[in-house]
Amino acid sequence: MSRSRRAKLQVFRVVTFVLLGAFFLGPIWFMFEFSTRGIGENSPRTLDAWKAIGTYPDLVAGIVASLELAVITSIGVLVVLVPTMVWVRLRLPRLRRVIESISLLPLTIPAIVLVVGFSPMYQWMGTNFSDSILTLSLAYAILVLPYAYRALDAGLAAIDVKTLSEAARSLGADWFTVMLRVIVPNISSALLNAGLLSVALVLGEYTIANNLLYPNLQVEIVSLARTNAGVSIAVAVASLLFAFVLLVALSFVGGQRGVRRRNRERLVQTFARDFSGGTR
Amino acid sequence: MVGGRRLSLDWIGAVPFLGYVALFLFLPTVIIIAGAFASEGGLTLSNFANLSRPYIISAIISSVILSAVTAAGGAVLGALLTYAIATGNPRGIFRRVLTSACGVLAQFGGVTLAFAFIAAIGPASALYVYLSQHHLDYYGSGVWLYDLRGLELVYLYFQIPLMVLIFLPAVDGIKPQWREATESLGGGTWTYWRHVAGPLLAPAFLGSTLLLFANSLSAYATAAALINQGGPILPLQISNAITSEVGLHEPGFAKAQAVVLIVIVAIVSGLYAVLQRRTARWLQ
Amino acid sequence: MTASVETTLRSGVEVRLEDLRRRYSGVTALDGLSLTMAPGELVCLLGPSGCGKTTALRLLAGLEEADGGRVLIGGEDVTNVPANKREIGMVFQAYSLFPHMTAMQNVAFGMQLHKVGPAERRKRAGDMLELVGLSAHVHKYASQLSGGQQQRVALARALAIEPKVLLLDEPLSALDARVRARLRDEIRRVQLEVGTTTLFVTHDQEEALAIADRVGVMNAGRIEQLGPPTTIYSRPATPFVAEFVGLTNRLPGVVKGGEVEVRGTRLPLVKPDSSDGAAIALVRPEAVTLASDGDMLPGPLIGTVIATVFLGATSRVTVDLGDITVLAQLPTSDAAALTAGTRVRLSLRKDPVLLARDETAPTEA
Repeated sequence: MSRSRRAKLQVFRVVTFVLLGAFFLGPIWFMFEFSTRGIGENSPRTLDAWKAIGTYPDLVAGIVASLELAVITSIGVLVVLVPTMVWVRLRLPRLRRVIESISLLPLTIPAIVLVVGFSPMYQWMGTNFSDSILTLSLAYAILVLPYAYRALDAGLAAIDVKTLSEAARSLGADWFTVMLRVIVPNISSALLNAGLLSVALVLGEYTIANNLLYPNLQVEIVSLARTNAGVSIAVAVASLLFAFVLLVALSFVGGQRGVRRRNRERLVQTFARDFSGGTR
Repeated sequence: MVGGRRLSLDWIGAVPFLGYVALFLFLPTVIIIAGAFASEGGLTLSNFANLSRPYIISAIISSVILSAVTAAGGAVLGALLTYAIATGNPRGIFRRVLTSACGVLAQFGGVTLAFAFIAAIGPASALYVYLSQHHLDYYGSGVWLYDLRGLELVYLYFQIPLMVLIFLPAVDGIKPQWREATESLGGGTWTYWRHVAGPLLAPAFLGSTLLLFANSLSAYATAAALINQGGPILPLQISNAITSEVGLHEPGFAKAQAVVLIVIVAIVSGLYAVLQRRTARWLQ
Repeated sequence: MTASVETTLRSGVEVRLEDLRRRYSGVTALDGLSLTMAPGELVCLLGPSGCGKTTALRLLAGLEEADGGRVLIGGEDVTNVPANKREIGMVFQAYSLFPHMTAMQNVAFGMQLHKVGPAERRKRAGDMLELVGLSAHVHKYASQLSGGQQQRVALARALAIEPKVLLLDEPLSALDARVRARLRDEIRRVQLEVGTTTLFVTHDQEEALAIADRVGVMNAGRIEQLGPPTTIYSRPATPFVAEFVGLTNRLPGVVKGGEVEVRGTRLPLVKPDSSDGAAIALVRPEAVTLASDGDMLPGPLIGTVIATVFLGATSRVTVDLGDITVLAQLPTSDAAALTAGTRVRLSLRKDPVLLARDETAPTEA
């Protein structure tokens, strides 16, 4: 590459990074700024809004509910998905494509459309079964299914499930032992990946909760914004930070480099098929 | 036979998963599709006839325009950012950080994003207060942040990083030999982009743009948090139809709108798959 | 295969590289390289990776800028002419075909840039593809062609613009051995037919020796020796060339009075002014002969055959002399009787030998 072209390219890169960097970092910075404002003009920076988070019982309930939902959903989706995926690899290879297409299907259905179908189901569940907000985790597991599937698939692809379990079986292990003592330890980073992704997605979820009239964290943030914008933005910043930490942690789990890179590639592929609008 | 018994037992292993997706993925889909075409006692298209109400037509048009604008803007700006990233050191820490950041930002949407923009440029923001005191009142003709123009800006925040994530592999597939071969054959920079890199990247670029389009079309949370009244776009109308009185009287109305949204997304994702196959053949 | 090419067979032009210098962030890639190529000549730059051979080619192509020195093509100074104005044909190591164009379109593309009309373009592209033996595949895309076929298209594409100079940057190194030998000869045939001055860069000595009019062996950014293949092989000018080109025995000996004594045999030196003392003599396997008759009393040149490798007309025999092993290359008919375990007596032909640079034996007193 000629020197003048390299110089031009360098200018282009710097300008692009600076301008888009401002566009992306600006709003996040101003959220912090907004949440630390005092009352009245020229008042000093204060953490009052942050300290007030605990004084809104509805908000606290929303936070607790969302955290519970995150835990239940990620554990639930793993408990259903891991044995199924392992079992399919061992005994039902013909079913593998089917399970994959089903698991990725939610990517092509907008969340706002799913809600339309969920709505009568949750009405029925509410009267006949339970109207607890935690029932939302049944719907959320569908949302996180594609991401959990891709993360686990990358982990299972890195080990030879069949040989490992045959070896364990020949040593006298039953299927439960094979799963818990042989498979799970070998895909631990994939499990962590899937779990973190699920938690991040559930904590940011608004569409389904709002339309099924369940007050989760995001719903409470919106309703609080009408009365106290500072506090609701402080909570938004906190939830954002938490999601950032989770997602950044994602890029560091995964043992060896190659596995990490494959995980990242799978994730990008998943994004590249995501037509669902997700949590956006 | 043993084989036969084994096979049926094997299938039991898939039952929990299949049972769950049948209840929470297929049942809702069936509810929507059946509900969209059903009325008391039979099949009907009257639910779709109701879509011709002016506010629904206008919501569909606004949705398409919003999606087209943010897809085009996100694709162009995202492509520039992708090129800036791709021309750096492929193993550098800078690139790793940027691609990770794009992964996070592409999922960053909804309530938090809407609030970030309200805090950054809303009527109560430090920026607006400062600028309006210095004769730069960008809300002089109304607070556009809370209507479609605001959404167009805010959606770019996740459209651009999403573009980077899906377009970067294609740009990485461009081999430096192609530029050098073009030069040795007598072509300059313009020739290279016009005849080589342009045509090679076009399917990937178009495909990515379609994905952004569908993504924006399906987005609900950001719009719901930013726009307080009315339902200028289709996802907000669907939400209104579920939760309001209207929805209780006309259960098929929301479902018909949902079918429209699914159909548009299905068409777009089909086109995307076609373009993606071509990209895979050329740029691996 | 012998297609009639109606492109005008241009006589090649002279190419001169004068004192070229290039550094990459502190690493010297080219350290004053000079090379003059006669019109129509095929010169191979041969050397290990990192020796600067590819940099030399890229400077000639205009794809890199030199820190110092000049490039002249046909007497014209093109040092500051960009790549796309130099009229260079270039074949890359691999993957250089435009994947969205057929073989025909790839070949025609360069002519399109040179404002050749569509009809003429198609005709000449067809001729060029015929010249490289690909008439049956003109409408295939790169992904439908084998690696060897892709390189043929790349060659046709480079030649279709009737370049003043043809540059080949390790064009065969991504191919498997059999295809490589065939395509190598094919490239030479086509090059002789069109008569374009050609620079061929490779790390494969066999390739260089087989194809070139002259070979330039490069090391550390300079040409160590430039000459016809036979000279490079049989009379290496420097120890580097001797060790890089062909197989070489490294035999410990003692230098004394302009000769080196190796295991009781005195061999003349290429450089008789070498200082006295212990040294390593570089002896080609061809200079070692073996005999299995006569008395086999223990001595410095008596050993046991441990392996015989059949190479075709010649065979390579490995002999264990107790302290070292020596390679000998002899006609297969002579080697036939030398099965593993045979006792043999070595003799060394009295050709002038070079001394190794990196003296592992203790040097002069």
